[in-house]
Amino acid sequence: MIAAHLPVLQIVVPLIAAPLCLLLRRGALAWGLALLASWAALAMSVLLLSQVLSDGPVSYALGDWAAPWGIEYRVDSINAFVLLIVSAVGAVILPYARRSVAHEIPAEQHSAFYTAFLLCLTGLLGVAITGDAFNLFVFLEISSLSSYVLIALGRDRRALTAAFQYLVMGTIGATFIVIGIGLLYMVTGTLNMADLAQRLPPLGQNRTVVVAFAFLTIGASLKLALFPLHYWLPNAYTYAPSAVTGFLAATATKVAVYILLRFFFTIFGPEFAIETLTLQHLLVPLAVIAILVCSTVAIFQDNIKRMLAYSSLAQIGYIVLGIGMASPTGLTAGIVHLFNHAMTKGGLFLALGCIFLRVGSVRLESMQGLGRTMPWTMFAFVLGGLSLIGVPLTVGFISKWYLVQAALEQDSWLLAALVLAGSLLAIIYVWRVVEVAYLRPPPAGAAAVREAPLSMLIPTWVLIGASIYFGVDTSLTVGVANKAAVMLLGGAP
Amino acid sequence: MTPAPAILLSLFVPLAGAVLISLSGRWPNVREGVTLVTATVLFLAVASLVPTVMAGGRPEATLIEMLPGLPIYFEVEPLGMLFALVASGLWIANSIYSIGYMRGNNEANQTRFYVCFALALASTMGIAFAGNMMTLFVFYEALTLTTYPLVTHKGTPEAMRAGRTYLGILLGTSIGLQLLAILWTWQIAGTLDFTAGGILSGKASGPIVGVLLLLYMYGIGKAALMPLHRWLPAAMVAPTPVSALLHAVAVVKAGVFTVMKVVVYIFGIDFLRDSGQNQWLMYIAAATLLIASLVALTKDNLKARLAYSTISQLAYVVLGAALATSWGVIGGSMQIAMHAMGKITLFFCAGAIYTATRKTEISDMAGLGRAMPFTFGAFLIGSLSIIGLPPLGGAWSKWYLMLGAAETGEILMIAILMLSSLLNVAYLLPVVARGFFLPAPQPASVGAAAAPARGGIEEAPLLCVVPLFLTAFGCLMLFFFADPLYRLLEPIALP
Amino acid sequence: MDVLGLYNYWIVIVLMMTGFYVVISRGNLIKKVVGLNIFQTSVFILYISMGKIIGGTAPIVAPGVTVYSNPLPHVLILTAIVVGVATTALGLTLIVRIKEAFGTVEESEILQQRDDT
Repeated sequence: MIAAHLPVLQIVVPLIAAPLCLLLRRGALAWGLALLASWAALAMSVLLLSQVLSDGPVSYALGDWAAPWGIEYRVDSINAFVLLIVSAVGAVILPYARRSVAHEIPAEQHSAFYTAFLLCLTGLLGVAITGDAFNLFVFLEISSLSSYVLIALGRDRRALTAAFQYLVMGTIGATFIVIGIGLLYMVTGTLNMADLAQRLPPLGQNRTVVVAFAFLTIGASLKLALFPLHYWLPNAYTYAPSAVTGFLAATATKVAVYILLRFFFTIFGPEFAIETLTLQHLLVPLAVIAILVCSTVAIFQDNIKRMLAYSSLAQIGYIVLGIGMASPTGLTAGIVHLFNHAMTKGGLFLALGCIFLRVGSVRLESMQGLGRTMPWTMFAFVLGGLSLIGVPLTVGFISKWYLVQAALEQDSWLLAALVLAGSLLAIIYVWRVVEVAYLRPPPAGAAAVREAPLSMLIPTWVLIGASIYFGVDTSLTVGVANKAAVMLLGGAP
Repeated sequence: MTPAPAILLSLFVPLAGAVLISLSGRWPNVREGVTLVTATVLFLAVASLVPTVMAGGRPEATLIEMLPGLPIYFEVEPLGMLFALVASGLWIANSIYSIGYMRGNNEANQTRFYVCFALALASTMGIAFAGNMMTLFVFYEALTLTTYPLVTHKGTPEAMRAGRTYLGILLGTSIGLQLLAILWTWQIAGTLDFTAGGILSGKASGPIVGVLLLLYMYGIGKAALMPLHRWLPAAMVAPTPVSALLHAVAVVKAGVFTVMKVVVYIFGIDFLRDSGQNQWLMYIAAATLLIASLVALTKDNLKARLAYSTISQLAYVVLGAALATSWGVIGGSMQIAMHAMGKITLFFCAGAIYTATRKTEISDMAGLGRAMPFTFGAFLIGSLSIIGLPPLGGAWSKWYLMLGAAETGEILMIAILMLSSLLNVAYLLPVVARGFFLPAPQPASVGAAAAPARGGIEEAPLLCVVPLFLTAFGCLMLFFFADPLYRLLEPIALP
Repeated sequence: MDVLGLYNYWIVIVLMMTGFYVVISRGNLIKKVVGLNIFQTSVFILYISMGKIIGGTAPIVAPGVTVYSNPLPHVLILTAIVVGVATTALGLTLIVRIKEAFGTVEESEILQQRDDT
């Protein structure tokens, strides 16, 4: 009985819990409820994924209105995977959030924080699960609006301007997506994705379709911060509260990538996107520039949170590069990196949050000697850094392996070399931190620094542990990613 | 094919050792006891594989399927057997030596030192027993990362700079070039298993082979082929036991061992020779060999001189591989063992001299031989072995390398090998000669800071002297008992 | 091509570009929000025109009527309007907070202050 309603419960549970959090008013109670809701969401996404893997796509008609008219929730291997990523990161970060939020946000705002957090989670899950194009926009806005709030809660006053900047850019992006969806509706008369996928190909290179495609691409690229539309991201990540940065870095851009994937491959179809419009000629160069430029910029950052933000931009470049290659291997690389980067970067930002809690700063010079005073946090940071570099036995290696392989399959030597060059740049920016933390003594006269509390260390290590574990045993991640890639390239879901 | 728990054991023993060492860090005696026990157990585990391998068996073990078709997989073949034996055996000697050295010099962070050492040895075992290129690569990177804290052990700005060079070159080449080569091989051949006769023959031809070889040879930065050798002298900032075991044995030998593995089991020597792409490698190896020897001549710092000597000696192994003949491969492989024994002796001596007298420059060592006769005696034996004079082990590897060069008619290579031996004499023997035959400087000429006038024997701590004595003796033994070594290696070269 | 007959789409484009230009070129944060609103409004009109069918009437079943306007885009745009209002409200709230924190709503002055700290 319940199992049949899993797709809708996935959304409804956090959605209902969110206003309840606000009603509870007490921060601790709100936290408890949010925790429960997020764990329930994780459990449901695990069930959904296993259901999809064993029985194929799951379709759910909302309110029992049949598909093309009513809103359909449709779960196949790719969005089940995204659901898992989002809910898992949410479930890991909430236990962490308690101490971190208590430290960074005034007490009277705690219940509001957890409300916004759950709404953001709802929105992201909703974007992933829905099979209706307009519904996607609505959920996208739910997640975006709540993430603006979350970012604005940052302690630094610059968080406000960062949030505003993100609000302007994000709204433009979302509006572009609505325009695209509207144009599609104009020519097809449907909003259901599966229906769209069937009605679009006969139209061929209809100008309205092409324009819709352009709007959707740019809108999604803005949300996923593809170079050169990334302007909002570094500030937003830098000034948001630590737990928020970890959550958004691991999920928000990933969901935007999912939107891109969904529109390119399911709705327009690979023939249209790749063969007719040769989108790869746009995506691949931009992705490569993102990798090289943003990695280089990351090297020169003294604020480590900002450094990781630029590194995120580079990693998004890897994901888009995989998508742009549009081969089964390339797409597998992109999708698997979606997961891998979520784990790694989430873990890294959480480690930074631990440092911020104890040291009160995330600037490079304030990390001197932390290898000794906060050994577990710093070791987690080092492991995450190794994953960014792509050292074997970390998830980063798996992503690069497939990415380079995809490049070699297409005989593009240059791409393969550039991907690896990105790794070399990562060595530099990661090692700057390592050297300071391990080879410099703690500054004289500074207050004694203790290791972070367990409630924050454990979530950090769960994500970092995942980025090691899935670098060794890749059967789940690569298996699902490969399945999703084949499905996406095979046309309609 | 025989499954062998001893393989996994030899991986997990050092790992377990590392855990125990870190737990017992508070009690130095227990900690160092654990190190010694771990080293001994590891050696026994490795040695227990020898009879099977000698009998032609190929013990194997699979850990986990990392990527579809690419498991973490181990298979012991003669070359790896030899390497594992050398590394694990010398770890025992080195552990004893470390105790003497680290205590004698009051080094800080000794627990971290021993933990990283054990981890490095675990990585080395993984490299030695790797059954496919993927596995080898995984442990190759692990070795780089676990030795980094050892190189930067002192934590000084100088150590930090050296660490940068070390990590930059080793990680940079392996990710930038070697990984690319591995992926390309996987693309062409569809497998990365080490297979007798190679996996590329019939699947690649022409200049591709050359480019691939180039990517591999420079991707294996640990082989210190010029011009990517800078990391090795830089790594000398580490405590001497690290230089001795890791930068004369484990790390650098992991490099040339990988070169051998790639040439023998990925390319296949017949395929490589027929493709003609081994020519340039031969010349690069020969050039590295000579240039490094010449640079060694100019170094006054003993460890720096030894480092350049190592670069030169590593090139012998690469040269053996580049000759792509049976004799060349056997000579190169033997060189792995012979040079390891000789060079670790020399480093032990350098460390003993430093511990006893704080002297690092060769020009300061005049007359020291009379105060430290055992150390300088061992240095002489090690030097002679490196030079390749009988009755010392080094003679055999040079002999087979010459045979290999003769087999292919490379007169130039023979000449270079001979010239190089002369250069070895020129940069190694003066150290001994200065120690024994030059008079010790008068205290007045050294200044007020000079040590009190020394009369009798003033050796380094016993724990430092015994290991170097053992390894010097080992050099001698390797000459007389080279036959088992030859029989072990024979199957890889003459399939 | 009937250029003038598509005047509602021309309005959409003009509004869209106006709004977009205002967002980009104005340094005053309030004006940015206004621009954003104009930009969003253009989309509302796009959707509304889309639903209109020439000669169609309100979608209520009545005798003698066969052509109805499409109600769906209108309903959709109601949602979008709500989203737009929420965005505006949040944007203005942020501006109030920015004004409190920085003492100004001019982007250039805010940037200057950020450089100082």
